[in-house]
Amino acid sequence: MHLSLTHVHASLGGTRVIRDVSLAARDSAFIGLIGPNGAGKTTLVRAVAALIPHDGLIELDGQAVAAMEPRARARAIAYLAQGAGSHWPLEVSRLVALGRLPHLAPFRQPAPADEAAIARAMHLADVENFRGRDVLTLSGGERARVLLARALAVEAPLLLVDEPVASLDPYHQLGIMEVLRAYANEGRTVIAVLHDLSLAARYCDRLVLLDKGIVKADGRPDEVLTPANLEEVYRIRAIVGGEGERFVLPVARTD
Amino acid sequence: MIRPLNAWLVNLTLMALTLALLAASIYVGRGGELLTDKFRTMVEIDRELAWLVLTEVRLPRALLGLLVGATLGLTGAGLQGLLRNPLAEPGLIGASSGAALGAVLVFYFGMAVGSAMLVPLGGIAGALAALATLYLLAGRNPSIVTIILAGVAISAFCGALTSLALNLSPSPYAALEIVFWMLGSLTDRSMAQVWFVLPFMFVGWLLVLSTARALDALSLGEDTASTLGFSRRSVTLRAIAGTGLAVGAAVSVTGVIGFVGLVVPHLMRSLVGPRPASLLLPSALAGAALVLAADLLVRLPTGGPEPKLGVVTALIGAPFFLWLILKTRREHP
Repeated sequence: MHLSLTHVHASLGGTRVIRDVSLAARDSAFIGLIGPNGAGKTTLVRAVAALIPHDGLIELDGQAVAAMEPRARARAIAYLAQGAGSHWPLEVSRLVALGRLPHLAPFRQPAPADEAAIARAMHLADVENFRGRDVLTLSGGERARVLLARALAVEAPLLLVDEPVASLDPYHQLGIMEVLRAYANEGRTVIAVLHDLSLAARYCDRLVLLDKGIVKADGRPDEVLTPANLEEVYRIRAIVGGEGERFVLPVARTD
Repeated sequence: MIRPLNAWLVNLTLMALTLALLAASIYVGRGGELLTDKFRTMVEIDRELAWLVLTEVRLPRALLGLLVGATLGLTGAGLQGLLRNPLAEPGLIGASSGAALGAVLVFYFGMAVGSAMLVPLGGIAGALAALATLYLLAGRNPSIVTIILAGVAISAFCGALTSLALNLSPSPYAALEIVFWMLGSLTDRSMAQVWFVLPFMFVGWLLVLSTARALDALSLGEDTASTLGFSRRSVTLRAIAGTGLAVGAAVSVTGVIGFVGLVVPHLMRSLVGPRPASLLLPSALAGAALVLAADLLVRLPTGGPEPKLGVVTALIGAPFFLWLILKTRREHP
């Protein structure tokens, strides 16, 4: 898997939100996409998922994502939207099975390979215990894991997740981050939009710091999360600490 | 959540029920003697008459009940899946109001007496015009909200024109004819009308059925469906065009039969679960069964004039719908 973005621009309602972003990523990487609100993180991820038009070139294994056949693209790029949910009270195992839709031939029932992928995803996200429950009756933490399992079940080489740990308690935040880390360790690429800088620092191989649609910093967490970068981009003074157990503690606004 | 029953069991039961009601619809009433011992004792002329009643009156009535009910159930389930809204019903997109207006105009200009086919022809033309207007109003890449708003606007406009036709109707007789037709009925229909609507319905059904998996994906929202490989534009176009064609054809021959498309998917959801694709077939079967049953009900001898089918379905449907709302309120307070 080789993802490359070359001079990508994207607009939202006539406003340029992404300006000249160039990036490349290869397999087995967990990349955190960070930056303040309005930096363009969600827009960038949506452009990669071909949900919004863009200028410039976004390529996956040498193929422009915008030009890919929709089903082939769906097999190659899995996407978990910010605040995703279900409109109907679906059974958990049925919901996770929706992740196999891009793999199903017309008029065919799921093959053993699909069932295996669903089982793997449910195992990885640890949702087997409530496989028969109605997704709308689950707690926020459980539901987030179920929706993540749906995205994992696609078994796409590239997984895009938009704020997967927002509104979860620390226990469930760690749970989700561990799942994403494990998915990346299987030789796939995960790009996650994150607001929790400590979690980003601890779990990601690489961080991309966006500011006003521009890549401000790109590299290992310790290279990106410097007090200087945090002050310039986030307008905060923060204590950045820890050797193996890295953390970022915001202490004051600087403006 | 109510545990979904085995889908095939539900489908087979509904199929059997629908077939039984279809047979009953052909048999019940005058002409049914043909299938009894009485037939053998009849004189030749009476036999011919009975045969005529059966093939020219009963059969088209039963078949239209089946087709129209299946159309309303299927498109109701499809539209609720597309719009992810349990309140959606096939009339929402304006095609049925368009069909009603088209048919009413035929009555208004006094052409209904000329040929039995002119009313359905006007209905289909109205439905197609409403769909074309919807397409123009909603734009190339329509959002759900735009479709609903445009559908409501078209329905309101067609409704106003229908009222105007009644208002200016040349004779009280024409007005009465229009009102009665609009109440929805399967009486006095011919096989020619069955053959006329069948292709429209068939194409409409196929279009709606082709979106089954996309409707499942849409349970998780438009963005997720799109990243699962379903183009929003294509899914919306197929579902709306399919619904418009099938429902427009149904309304053009039977008038407006309310509540079936709204209630049946709800009923089926409690039997087979909420997954939109799994609702399509049971809703079609249950819709057919419901309309056939209601049409048997209106034929019960009451001494007075026969109540209209659309009136009966609404009379059964509305209280049932209230009961469903109360039930949902108890389950999700």
